[in-house]
Amino acid sequence: MTYALSSPSQRVSSRPGQTAAVLVIALFLGVFLIVPAGTVIYAAFTEKGTGTFTFVNFFDFFGTDLFVRSFWNSVYVSGMSVIWATVLALPLAVLTTRFEFRGAIVIQTLGFVPLIMPPFVGAVAMQLLFGRNGTVNLLLNDWCGFKLPFMDGPNGVIFVQSLHYFPFILINLSTSLRNIDRAMEEAAQNLGASGFRLFRRIVFPLAMPGYLAGASLVFVKVFDDLATPLLLNVKDMLAPQAYLRVTSVGLTDPMGYVISVILIAVSIFAMWVSAITMRGKDYSTVQRGGGGLSRRQLGTGESVVAYGVVMLILLLVLSPHIGLLLLSLATVWSFSPLPDAFTVAHYGRVFGESSLYIKNTLIYASLAGLIDVVVGGAIAYLVLRTRIVGRRWLDWAATSALAIPGVVLGIGYLRTFYGVTLPDGTPLATLWVMVVLALAIRRLPYALRACYAALQQISESLEEAAENLGATKLRTVRRIVLPLMMGGLLAGFVTSFSTAAVELSATLMLIQSNSDAPIAYGLYVFMQSPAGRGPGAALGVIAVVMVALCTLLSHYLIERRQKANGMAK
Amino acid sequence: MLKTIAVAMLISAAGLMNAYAQDGGKVTVVTSFSKDVTDPLKAGFEAANPGFTLDVQNKSTSSGVKYLDEIKANNQVDLFWASAPDAFDSLKGKNLLAKFTPAVTGLPDRVGSYNVNDPDGFYFGFAASGYGIMWNERYLEANGLAKPAEWSDLKKPEYFDHIAIAAPSRSGTTHLTIETILQGEGWDKGWGTLKAMGGNLQQVTERSFGVPDAVNSGQTGIGVVIDFFAFSAQATGFPVGFAYPSVTTVVPANVAIVANAPNRKGAEAFINYLLSEPGQTVLLEPSIRRLPINPALYAKAPEGFPNPFKDARFQSMVSFDADVSKKRTDVVDTLYDQLITFQLDNLKAATRAIHDTEIALAAGENAQARTLLDEARGMIAAMPISAEQAASAEIGDAFTGGDQKAARQAQLEQQWAAFATEKYAAAKAKAEEALALTQ
Repeated sequence: MTYALSSPSQRVSSRPGQTAAVLVIALFLGVFLIVPAGTVIYAAFTEKGTGTFTFVNFFDFFGTDLFVRSFWNSVYVSGMSVIWATVLALPLAVLTTRFEFRGAIVIQTLGFVPLIMPPFVGAVAMQLLFGRNGTVNLLLNDWCGFKLPFMDGPNGVIFVQSLHYFPFILINLSTSLRNIDRAMEEAAQNLGASGFRLFRRIVFPLAMPGYLAGASLVFVKVFDDLATPLLLNVKDMLAPQAYLRVTSVGLTDPMGYVISVILIAVSIFAMWVSAITMRGKDYSTVQRGGGGLSRRQLGTGESVVAYGVVMLILLLVLSPHIGLLLLSLATVWSFSPLPDAFTVAHYGRVFGESSLYIKNTLIYASLAGLIDVVVGGAIAYLVLRTRIVGRRWLDWAATSALAIPGVVLGIGYLRTFYGVTLPDGTPLATLWVMVVLALAIRRLPYALRACYAALQQISESLEEAAENLGATKLRTVRRIVLPLMMGGLLAGFVTSFSTAAVELSATLMLIQSNSDAPIAYGLYVFMQSPAGRGPGAALGVIAVVMVALCTLLSHYLIERRQKANGMAK
Repeated sequence: MLKTIAVAMLISAAGLMNAYAQDGGKVTVVTSFSKDVTDPLKAGFEAANPGFTLDVQNKSTSSGVKYLDEIKANNQVDLFWASAPDAFDSLKGKNLLAKFTPAVTGLPDRVGSYNVNDPDGFYFGFAASGYGIMWNERYLEANGLAKPAEWSDLKKPEYFDHIAIAAPSRSGTTHLTIETILQGEGWDKGWGTLKAMGGNLQQVTERSFGVPDAVNSGQTGIGVVIDFFAFSAQATGFPVGFAYPSVTTVVPANVAIVANAPNRKGAEAFINYLLSEPGQTVLLEPSIRRLPINPALYAKAPEGFPNPFKDARFQSMVSFDADVSKKRTDVVDTLYDQLITFQLDNLKAATRAIHDTEIALAAGENAQARTLLDEARGMIAAMPISAEQAASAEIGDAFTGGDQKAARQAQLEQQWAAFATEKYAAAKAKAEEALALTQ
């Protein structure tokens, strides 16, 4: 992956501090990602039964119609999901950053909520709304006499995935848009550009790092996601095929791991392509802190249209959560547009236990988010600002985490760390810290892409200026780079935090007792019985509200801090 | 940020300290059962055995098996508690279970056509569950469908695209049902039935609970499920019904002590409680609704509660040969996946064409079309391998990695899938040809 900048002033050589940073990160990734995942995925290269090293499984992969069909289905679904996610994200991002728009911060927060989709209940809620006998189709059938197959086959997967993952584009694109130098826009305006032309030729290209960071994440995430296709019973895609084979009782089938290797390869390839697109272009701008692009006032007519579009998109992307809320308040909801009756009893049932789950979730997810921002920021800096050997390997390794199924990582952790015991004989793998590390590794790619985009937009000349004035490298990073990257770091933290808060697949393997369990596990325990559907949904609502509040709070805090900083200077 | 990290490290240190304070009587159980099942039994167990606490760890059956396998070197789990007998068999095969003789005596040896307990004393049935057909009343009414009563009803044209089932490779209990049909009807005829039903499927779910979930919410009308899913849904108020077909299977749900259990005493106490009369009585609670393994308790059961020890429909099944089943488990599961689960679109297209022709023939008989239609049915029912081949070492070893294998698993899968694709396409063409003759 070549993230070569056009700027000729590449850093000369690595320094001891940088070498140390590379080593520490490599060690972290090695111990908590590569070794655990490797111990499991190694099976892809062995012959079943004998365990001898072989590539024959990969020939089998390409010789099997089902896998080849699954591969192309996955590519198609991922590509289309990027397109539809862009359609959803673009208006929200542009309207809230380019215009004087009341409630922008609320919209930004709400637009991000779809990422927080609790396992199982989210699926049930989606089916109840958009399924073949969901609310929408039952009403359509009553009124118009036909049904729309929203949730059938690959197109159903595209529909759900673009609703679910468009926040990746929204968050990264919004951050990028805010960071564009106003002078660029003014220069273009002086030269006579305005309106759509200004956006197409100047603004959007300058926001490219953020858009690509988001779009590549959506592509890779959809490619590697197994929950949604399985929920829609679409089995001929790669990630579900890997999952079905890895989790069957009794069988040890190397093909599951072969597919995992293919998933990793495709994920890294997609990231590489997005890097190639950026090659030789300079997106950095010098001016900072001025609030980015100028915000235009909307006329009355424009306002109506703009708010209408925003409301429509929000209604669509938040519908799963509306469904979840209804489900948590429903007595019985079956083959009817709305529940039969409403009750708050489900909240009463989960109230006692939820405080423990909430506490655990907050601790795990925020620690994981912090680790991700620190490691992700460091990797981004090393790749973009230094020429130290092996820096791109760090990026590739971290990115590959996206493609490793959670259950594989969970088994890998047990295999690697269960033999390591503490002085009293407790296995290392049973400590809740391992859950945090697993979550951090699984969500690292999100934070990494956000940090990347943020750093790509900062001109190196600012750092050079600081160094010319006598600042040390470390001081430059602390006083110049970090503050300027703050928006991107926050975006990274928020994505990692909120998605870690509802992660289940790796957690399910590692949770050793109820007192250590996060909210997703509590949900899982409820969602295995008909009577648990309501309480499960109630826990899901609590999780979503909790994560959304934390997000809003962090937005608010950062904004206030930036304002305070701006005034002090 | 540094401060936060410092706090985090402090918190983790505190976590380490906590791990030292261990309770003497903690019994750790890994289970796939939901809270509705575990909570009442946990409460009953702790009341009956003061000083013990039950620590429930929920995992899906397959994760549970993998988990026990990974942690065996330093096992911290006392009990494994789940439905599917094949999971226990797999654990037993890996020497991960411990032998035990429960204190409770006088329980029956067989329920329906299955052994209640492992003959070698490694795992024990504590409840029975029968397979049957569950439906959503509102769905059937809205679609003008009659309630299905027998397995053969599920082959009828009117149920096309209205049925859900869990994949046998994903659900040990579905696997047993499939195997029972194959043993009861014979290999070729049995697969014919399975594929005819398969052509009417709307979905093949990857979890057992996916089927009752889809029926409860009305996404699908009819599901092939294990009885307690339907009973507990009814108890929760969902508009669902359930019927045992006149020929059905009843399978035991099991519990076992894990090898090298840290709290062996507690594990034994739990199994003894579960098999005792108070423990068995808990199973009758509305949210659980499993059939107790103690026949005496059916006197206490509510009106209409099925009794697998008395009701004729549970006895009429041919006796189940566990050896035959064990030899071909992987082959049967993989065949189902390659011929039905992953070929569902092709199979449904062919089935639909056959249904259309059948309906047209009902209006006016045509001998030539009838012949073609029978040929089409024969193509769908055709199998790539015979029962003897399925049990042979050449094929079985492809799945276990043994040294007698004639081909790799992936090669077999590709062969079978290609066979099915070709046959289903040909069947569809034949049926369409027959339909053209009737017009």
